[in-house]
Amino acid sequence: MLKLEKRPTPSTFWQYGTPVVAVLLTMVAGGLLFAALGKDPFAVIRTIFWDPVFGEFAFYLRGQLLVKAGPLILIAIGLALGFRAGIWNIGAEGQYIIGAVIGASVGLAAYPTESRWIFPAMILGGAFGGWLWAMIPAILKTRFNTNEILVSLMLVYVAETILAKAATGFLRNPDGAGFPGSRSFSSYKAASNPEIFAGSGLHWGGVAALVTAVLAYILLERHRLGFQIKLAGQAPRAARFHGVNPARLVVFCMGLSGALAGLAGIFEVSGPAGQISIDFNQGYGFTAIIVAFLGRLNPIGIVFAGLLMALTYVGGEMAATNLGLPSAAVQVFQGMLLFFLLGVDVLTNYRIRFFWGMK
Amino acid sequence: MDFGAINPTILIASLMVAAVPIMLAALGELVVEKSGVLNLGVEGMMIIGAIAGFVTAVHTGSPVAGFAGGAVAGALLSLVFAFLTQFLLTNQVATGLALTLFGLGLSSLAGQGYNGIKPPATHAVPFGPLADIPFFGRVVFGHDWMVYASIALVALVWWVLRATRLGLVIRAVGENHEAAHSLGYKVNRIRLGCTVFGGAMAGLGGAYVSLVRVPQWTDGITAGAGWIALAIVVFASWKPWRVLIGAYLFGGITVLQLNLQAAGSRIPVEYLSMSPYLITILVLVIMSSGRGRAGLNAPAALGQNFHASR
Amino acid sequence: MQDILLSVEGIGKSYPGVRANDDVSFRIGTGEVHALLGENGAGKSTLVKMIYGLVKPDEGRMMLRGQPYAPVEPRAARAAGVAMVFQHFSLFEALNVAENVALGMENPPPMRELAARIRSVSEEYGLPLDPSRMVGDLSAGERQRVEIIRCLLQDPKLLIMDEPTSVLTPQEVGILFRTLRQLSSEGTAILYISHKLEEIRTLCDAATILRRGKVVGSADPRQSTARELAEMMVGAVLTPPERKAAEKGEVVLGVTALNAASPIPFGTSLKEVSFTVARGEVLGIAGVAGNGQDELLLALSGELKSAPDRVRIAGRAAGDLGPAERRRAGLVAAPEDRYGHAAAPDMSLVENAFLTGQIRRNLDRGGFIDWPATRAFADEIIATYDVRTPGNHVAARALSGGNLQKFLIGRELDQSPDVIVINQPTWGVDAAAAAAIRQAILNRAAEGAGVVVISQDLDELLEVSDMFAVLNEGRLTRPRPVKGLTIDEIGLMMGGAHGMEVAHHVEA
Repeated sequence: MLKLEKRPTPSTFWQYGTPVVAVLLTMVAGGLLFAALGKDPFAVIRTIFWDPVFGEFAFYLRGQLLVKAGPLILIAIGLALGFRAGIWNIGAEGQYIIGAVIGASVGLAAYPTESRWIFPAMILGGAFGGWLWAMIPAILKTRFNTNEILVSLMLVYVAETILAKAATGFLRNPDGAGFPGSRSFSSYKAASNPEIFAGSGLHWGGVAALVTAVLAYILLERHRLGFQIKLAGQAPRAARFHGVNPARLVVFCMGLSGALAGLAGIFEVSGPAGQISIDFNQGYGFTAIIVAFLGRLNPIGIVFAGLLMALTYVGGEMAATNLGLPSAAVQVFQGMLLFFLLGVDVLTNYRIRFFWGMK
Repeated sequence: MDFGAINPTILIASLMVAAVPIMLAALGELVVEKSGVLNLGVEGMMIIGAIAGFVTAVHTGSPVAGFAGGAVAGALLSLVFAFLTQFLLTNQVATGLALTLFGLGLSSLAGQGYNGIKPPATHAVPFGPLADIPFFGRVVFGHDWMVYASIALVALVWWVLRATRLGLVIRAVGENHEAAHSLGYKVNRIRLGCTVFGGAMAGLGGAYVSLVRVPQWTDGITAGAGWIALAIVVFASWKPWRVLIGAYLFGGITVLQLNLQAAGSRIPVEYLSMSPYLITILVLVIMSSGRGRAGLNAPAALGQNFHASR
Repeated sequence: MQDILLSVEGIGKSYPGVRANDDVSFRIGTGEVHALLGENGAGKSTLVKMIYGLVKPDEGRMMLRGQPYAPVEPRAARAAGVAMVFQHFSLFEALNVAENVALGMENPPPMRELAARIRSVSEEYGLPLDPSRMVGDLSAGERQRVEIIRCLLQDPKLLIMDEPTSVLTPQEVGILFRTLRQLSSEGTAILYISHKLEEIRTLCDAATILRRGKVVGSADPRQSTARELAEMMVGAVLTPPERKAAEKGEVVLGVTALNAASPIPFGTSLKEVSFTVARGEVLGIAGVAGNGQDELLLALSGELKSAPDRVRIAGRAAGDLGPAERRRAGLVAAPEDRYGHAAAPDMSLVENAFLTGQIRRNLDRGGFIDWPATRAFADEIIATYDVRTPGNHVAARALSGGNLQKFLIGRELDQSPDVIVINQPTWGVDAAAAAAIRQAILNRAAEGAGVVVISQDLDELLEVSDMFAVLNEGRLTRPRPVKGLTIDEIGLMMGGAHGMEVAHHVEA
């Protein structure tokens, strides 16, 4: 039998240790899963976690890591700030889509004008779109006490419908012979988001992610607003006693996470994805939830978590092409990671005691 | 709008079928929440139930075995949630999300190779001549047994919660776990039991989607039904009979918008297909507006973990 | 002595870092009213939880009516005839009285029959109750009746009562004692836990005194003075706080016809509350729990807003200001609930110092937190108020109740406030810490602050206050000078016994 005993003060060791233990446990459980699928677990794990960084094609795949990690980090930081405050925006996927659609609309409206103001305007449009989409659950929560989890999630489905309409209707490439999908941004220079250094995989979205991580870290550690965010999440009544206005905090956190998700969307569409298409969104908005927790809701942790999660995407694709691993297996793997992470986290606040016999 | 092309008898009959999955899942979640647990993993448990039920039914040739398989799979997945939240004290919101992400991935993995197969059919209950009565025959006596079973389950849950000792204990645990503990009730075990019941119901609802409602297997087949079920619990103010009403309402909207699409309505398809989600939001707003937890009749300990420290 | 009902022999229980009970032995006779006396943290609660089967002893044994008694869960204890009334009630607000009673019984009869039995038993013992009412709508005294009746319906041989009078008016205490004596005369033994000495002297036949988990003595409370009992309990001679006669200055807090709806489910709204507090003055506000104390604190701290002129701080209209602005205006507040309201339990003492100290101690620069200054502030509180802690980095939850309370009260007092509002300053705090806290409050008043102390401990209020008022169902009585008030007058101010006299008259 085992029993939990609350620690008087949270363990600093386990605060850093839990993500590592969780990743190791997930590798073990994932290995069993891959073995059950008839694959060599060691080969699969090596393909996912080793080859993209050190393998034969690492020169290309390392860049891909940054491409995938950028949006994940950007979205996860926004989500983490909200989660810390006890505000559960789980509709980042929708904000990501709407940010991309509005940002892209700004760019496409200017087509074919060439001006250096077009790309910045698109970025603003993207952030605005995500912010706008997140404001719906935020306002409904503050005005009508509506559950933000359900509303933000419902809006993902609505956003997907709007995306379908955009790709097949109002943003469809008029020169595209009726195929769904917008004009390509890579061939429209003023609106494209290319790699900053060729082959590095780093585009403006990656830069934005890193800058955001640093700013968010400062906010949380040094600024009163960060203190209020943490306080509201840990002890809502103490937050009100301190003088936090809960409604304003909801609007701030939802708005910020929405804007960051929208930014990720426009960077993706104008860069790696290249156009608005029916399925350009790859579920980043949901995976970012895992990234946020894997990074222990800490901006710097999230940078590492985003890179690790990108590894599972890039490595998972490798494993799919080289070893025939079903792509859904990677999704299962990511889900397991979150389970283990949450489970192992108990060690931060509790000691586990084993004893014999019944208690 | 042209309702002319839509036959009201068929509309009502099919909304009763469309309502079954969300009704079952919402009913299960209602019991879970009554015990004070918020399991946001309904969507994940439903889709696992959908694939497990589908696979079982295809291999055994028996839809009944399929439903059982779906329920078992949903219950097993909910056991993971219960273990994490009740014994490792993880955050219920985050764990529920993990359950959904994991369930979506696992179902897609398990469902490979099952696309395009037709499951064994679940037939209407033979009511004989009753089924030939105009309107009522089709609406009341023209369904498969799960439609009737789901209504019976609503009645059962209502009766258990209202009139039995078990129901009283479940409500007590969801209301004040400290007090329940000091009276000697095993809070975590009761919650575990309720969570597993909720998982089984969600799995059953999922199996109904893939075996009857659609009936075939595609990735992401539940398409947010689990989330709508969660919303219906709020809509129902945690009351079983209102779950039935809520499920019929949403079933009706789903069927109506599909019929309007088929009938070539002038309303663009996109607006129709997003309508169930928008209406869910609208209903949530109306239900929550101006009311606190007590006004909503929500269990007081909803979403809070319990650890008997001393 | 009568037949021995329960004997406890050498019971011990340890928690990590705490020896809660150590070699505790005592006996209770049939029909005896036995007091278990001790300070907060002396181990009384752990001991009775073991008797009630909620906690398993590490060593020692118990005998009930000559048979070995080792209940593994409360159900077993109840089956053996042991019942318990909890200090923090084990009640469910959203369930009705009958359902609450049923939950505490092994084999409750059908609801209709149970309701009839609740009615008859409640009348027999002079504790009127309507079985169909929602518990959330009942007063604290009525809630206690639910607990007692739940026990009585099981015909207990031993009834454990944990601090039962802390939620009652003096008149209600009288009625409770009559009920307990009636039970005792019918042969039910009562284990009565309290730290209120006068009560024990009027009610109990025997007393066992606990200090730091050990039995330090037993006494016949009727033959002992309150002072003797107190010294056994505390283990030291206590000096009452010193009062320097302070000059009353101008009014610093004025509340006029304040109405506020309660934000708490099943809470009490404030109705037409009016009072003033001058510099150097301490206003004590008494009242039974749940009569609007929490709401009054929220309305004064700024967590609950009102029209601007309803609350005036140092002459300035402040009713529409939030907590931060009210601090800036000179008012500090200390809520009752330390874990989650006054402090964030998982945050460090430094962060908790910033929680309210930010404004008046200038702990930030344009929103950026000045951590060195905040650490210095926390260290200052720890040193000045003798807070026992390994350092300023530990989480608030790691401190004992008394130490955390010293820190939290110190945090407010060290902001040179004009107005101090404190709810339950010494609730759950040991006697030494409580005395230190009261002294600190009085010192601030002597230095010219106006103080409002809300408390359910009448002795405490009479000790520290100049003026005295009572909150009753959200209404405040007109404040009166403490000098010359009698306990009977106070009892009447507290609303008497909430309609309970009637029942006892009928019975008599």
